[in-house]
Amino acid sequence: MTLYETVIGLEVHAQLNTKTKLFCSCPNTFGQEPNQNTCPRCLGLPGALPVLNEAAVQKAILTGLALNCDIQLRSVFSRKNYFYPDLPKGYQISQFDLPICLNGWIDIPLPEGGTKRIRITRIHLEEDAGKLVHQGAEAIAGSTHSFVDLNRTSVPLIEIVSEPDLSSPQEARAYFETLHLILKHIGVCDGNLEEGSVRADANTSLRPVGAAAFGTRTEIKNLNSFRSIERAIQSEINRQTEVLNAGGKIVQQTRNYHDLTQTTTVLRDKEESHDYRYFPEPDLKPLLVTEAWINEIKKQLPLLPEAQKDIYKRDYELNDSEAKVLIQDPDIHHFFQTALEKAGSVSPKLMAKWIVGDINAAIKIENETFQSSKLSIPNFLALMSLIEAEKISGKMAKEFIPEMVKTGKSPHDLLATIGGQQISNTDELDPFIQQVLSENPDVIEKIKAGKTQSANFLMGQVMKLSGGRAKPDLVLALILKAIQNI
Amino acid sequence: MRDLFSSATQLAQQFRAGTKKVGDVIQQLFTHIDQTEPKVQSYLHLFKEAALEKASELDEKFKKGDPLPPLAGVPISIKDNLMMTGTPTTCGSQFLKDFVSPYDATVITKILNHGLIPIGKTNMDEFAMGSSTENSSYQNTKNPWNLNKVPGGSSGGSAASVAAGEAWLSLGSDTGGSIRQPAAFCGLVGLKPSYGRVSRFGLVAFASSLDQIGPITRTVEDAALLLSVIAGHDANDATSANQALPNITEINRPLTGKKIAVLAESFDKVIDPDIQAAFSAACEILKSDGATLETVTLPALKYVVPTYYILAPAEASANLARFDGVRYTTRDESATTLQSMIKKSRGQGFGPEVKRRIILGTYVLSSGYYDAYYAKAQKVRNVLTAEMIALFEKYDAILCPTTPNVSFGFGEKSSDPWQMYIEDMLTIPANLAGIPALSIPCGQKNGLPIGLQLMSKHFAESTILNMGHRYQQLSDWHLKTPEGITS
Repeated sequence: MTLYETVIGLEVHAQLNTKTKLFCSCPNTFGQEPNQNTCPRCLGLPGALPVLNEAAVQKAILTGLALNCDIQLRSVFSRKNYFYPDLPKGYQISQFDLPICLNGWIDIPLPEGGTKRIRITRIHLEEDAGKLVHQGAEAIAGSTHSFVDLNRTSVPLIEIVSEPDLSSPQEARAYFETLHLILKHIGVCDGNLEEGSVRADANTSLRPVGAAAFGTRTEIKNLNSFRSIERAIQSEINRQTEVLNAGGKIVQQTRNYHDLTQTTTVLRDKEESHDYRYFPEPDLKPLLVTEAWINEIKKQLPLLPEAQKDIYKRDYELNDSEAKVLIQDPDIHHFFQTALEKAGSVSPKLMAKWIVGDINAAIKIENETFQSSKLSIPNFLALMSLIEAEKISGKMAKEFIPEMVKTGKSPHDLLATIGGQQISNTDELDPFIQQVLSENPDVIEKIKAGKTQSANFLMGQVMKLSGGRAKPDLVLALILKAIQNI
Repeated sequence: MRDLFSSATQLAQQFRAGTKKVGDVIQQLFTHIDQTEPKVQSYLHLFKEAALEKASELDEKFKKGDPLPPLAGVPISIKDNLMMTGTPTTCGSQFLKDFVSPYDATVITKILNHGLIPIGKTNMDEFAMGSSTENSSYQNTKNPWNLNKVPGGSSGGSAASVAAGEAWLSLGSDTGGSIRQPAAFCGLVGLKPSYGRVSRFGLVAFASSLDQIGPITRTVEDAALLLSVIAGHDANDATSANQALPNITEINRPLTGKKIAVLAESFDKVIDPDIQAAFSAACEILKSDGATLETVTLPALKYVVPTYYILAPAEASANLARFDGVRYTTRDESATTLQSMIKKSRGQGFGPEVKRRIILGTYVLSSGYYDAYYAKAQKVRNVLTAEMIALFEKYDAILCPTTPNVSFGFGEKSSDPWQMYIEDMLTIPANLAGIPALSIPCGQKNGLPIGLQLMSKHFAESTILNMGHRYQQLSDWHLKTPEGITS
C-alpha cells in the first residue's frame, strides 16, 4: 500500500476591527437587528459608490508587517463577480492580481517541540458579504425560504493565504492559533471565533511520500474553531486516503465540514466553480501607499507574542504559564502593560502573579473584562504596594480583590473597614497567641509529639481573633517558638 | 411662447430684475408641457406640485431681496438615472419600475442648493444603453424638430425636453456620447465634462470609468453656468478630481492666438456631406475670430468603436449584476430555485439591448478571453489617450462634427446594432480619454440640426466653452427653435 503525505494550505479570513466598514461609514459592529446597520453604499444601491476606509488599509499594512510581508506601494481593487443573494452588488470588491502584501512568513510551534517556518503568499483586503438566514431548515437545502441580512456587508476583511507548507492537521491548527494570536495581539482583529471574526478555508491534498508533484486538492470552507480545523482536515485526509487506496481519484471540489458527524460533504465540483471574471474596480483608483506611511505604521507594531513572552520570562522572571496568559489576551496584556508603566518600584513578577491569578478569576466571575471592570490601575498598584510592604497578607489581598473588582473601592478603604493593616508586631500578637495556646492544650501536646502541621490550626485561630489582620508566617513562627518554651 | 425658448441666463436675469415671477413661469411651463408632452414624450415623471411650491418659496426670497445663486428659479429636467430623494428612478427599465430614490445624487444636492427647480425626470435608453432612446421600456421620445425622428440617446428625453421648450436646462449623462449626440440631434449645447470633474455619486452606473454627468442647454453660456453649479470634488466619489473649478468668467475672450486641430476624419466618406459642409462653414467662423486651424489625424480613431463596445459592456455586466430578482421590482415568482429565480428575473426585467451588452461584457471578461478582449481594449484606450494628449501639446482644442449623420427615423437602425454603434465614433474618444467635449449646433439638414464638437485637454473645459461661446456670438443656429411642436 502506498504511503501518503499531506499537503495543506490555509486561507484565513479575518475581520478588521475598524470603527467603520470598508467602503462606507456604517459602524463596524456585530449583532444589530437585520439590515439596520446599512446605507446606500453597503446595500449596493444603484448610483452608490465605494469610498475606501484608510484605517482598514493601515491595519492591513500592520498585519503585513507583523507577518514579515513586502508591503506593496501600489495595489489594485478588483471586482469579483458572482451571483448570490447575500452579495448585493453582484460582485465583491476584493484584490486580485495586485494585493497589498506579498511574500511573508511566520514560525509556528511544532507539537514535538521546535518551530517550523510557514510561508505566506499574500494578504489582500476585501469586503465581507451579508448573511442568509434560512427558514425551515438549518441550511439552504430543505429550507422553505431565506431572509437576507446585509448588516455584515462591506465589513473589512483581510485574507491571508499561506503556501502549502503545512504537513498535518496539528500543524494547520498551530498555524491558525499562531496567526489568531498575532492578529489579536497587534490589535487588528477582535479574534472572536464564535462571531466569525476569523475563519479559514483549508486546501488539502495527498501525494505519495517523496513525490514532487502535488495531488488534487479539495477546499474545506468556513472553519471557525481551532478544533474544527484539526478535525476537518483529519477527516478529509481519511476520506482521501480511502479513495486513493481503493484505486479512486480525488476530484477537485469545495467541501463543507460538519462538526457533529466530523465529516465533510461536497458543496460544489470544479465544473460548477465560478468564473469570477475579475477586472479592476473602476470606482476606486489604484491604492497607493508611501514608504513614509509604512515606516510610521512600523513604529506602531508591538513586539510579537513570542518575542514579548521571552522578554517577560527573561527580564521579569515570569514563568511560562504566567507569560502565556498575559500575552494571549490583549485585554489582560493591556492592563499589565499600563500597570507596568506606572508601577514605580512594584515588582512586575508580583503584578503578573496577581493579574493572571486572583484578579483574572474575579473579573471572569463578574463577567467583566479588565477594560470594563471597576478595578483601576492606581487601586491595583496600591494593593501591590501594600502586599510588597507586608502591610497586608496575601490572604487579605485575596479577600479584597473581589470587592475591588465589583465596587472599585481602594485597598486603603477596605483596610479601614476591617480595622487596619496587617499586624506584624510581636507585642500586639502575643495576647492572641497566649489566649489560643491556653485554650488548646491538646493541640500543644500533638505538636510536641511531632505533629507540627497542627500548628496551622492554632495559626488559624489567631488569624480569626485578629480579624484576619495577623501576619500568618510570623504567627506560625511565634506559636512554634512559644510551644518550644513551654 | 417665445419666452419659453429664452436662455437660462436671460430667465435668471429676469427673475433677478423682478420682471418675471418664478411661479408664473412654472405655471406657463406646465401649461406648455400639457400641450407638447403628448407629442414629444420627453418626461417619465413630472413634479408640478413640488415645482410650484419651490417657485413660491423663491419668489418670496426674490421679493425680500435675499441673495440667491445665479441660476435660482430656472426650471431643469433630470435624466431618469439620477437619484433624487422621493422620486422614481427607473433608468428607462422595467427592473426599476417601482423604485423610489432613497437618497440624493451629489449633482441633485447641488442644483437644489442653487435654487434650480426640477421639473421632472426624462426618458432615456434603458440603463443609458443606446443612441436613440428607442431602448426605453416605457415610451418613444420624439425629436421636437421632426416628430418622426429620434431625439438621439441615451439622454434623448433630456435633449427633447429642452428643445421642446419644456425645460431651460437638463442634466444628462454621457458614457460614449449620450449627452452630445442627442444635443446635436436636437439643436442644443451638450457638455461632457472631464472624467472626475462632476461627482458620479447617485448616477446609476452604466460604465463607471466612462460615465460623466453634464448639462444640456440652449447656449454655451448656460452650459458653463450649470457646469459651475455641478462641478467640484466630492468625497462620496473616489474618482472625483480635486481640481480648481473651470474659470468661466472669460468665455467671451476672442480666439486670437488659439490653435485648433481639425480631425481629418471629419471629411471621411462615412460623414454625411451636408454635415461636412456645415462643419467647414463653422471652421471659417472660428478662424474669423482669430483661431488658427490645422488638419491632423488621430490614427487610433478607427479602433474606438470596438474598444468602447468591449470596455463599456464589461463594466456594465458587473454594474447591472445587482438586478438579480432578490431586490428591486422584477422577480419571477414562478421560479423554484435560486438559480432560476435569478435567470428568469433578469430575463424578464432587462430589454434586448441591455441583455446584448451584458452578454458581450460577460464574454469579454471570461477566463480565456480576458486578455484577447478586455486587456487589449485597455491598451487601445491608453494608445488613444496618448495620441490625444500629444495633440494637446500643440493645440488648444480638437474639432470635428459630433455625429456622422443627422437624426434618423424610428426603427431605421434598431435592427442592426452595428449601424447604431458607429454613430458614436466621434463622441467615444472623449470618454475613453477622459477629456471634456462640447457639442454645439452648427447647421441643419432638411430641418434637422447638425452638431459641432470641440474637445480639450483634461480639466480645460473653459477652453472649449470659450470657443463655443465665441462661435455662438458669431452665429445664430442656437437661436432657432422647432416650430412644429407648438402648432
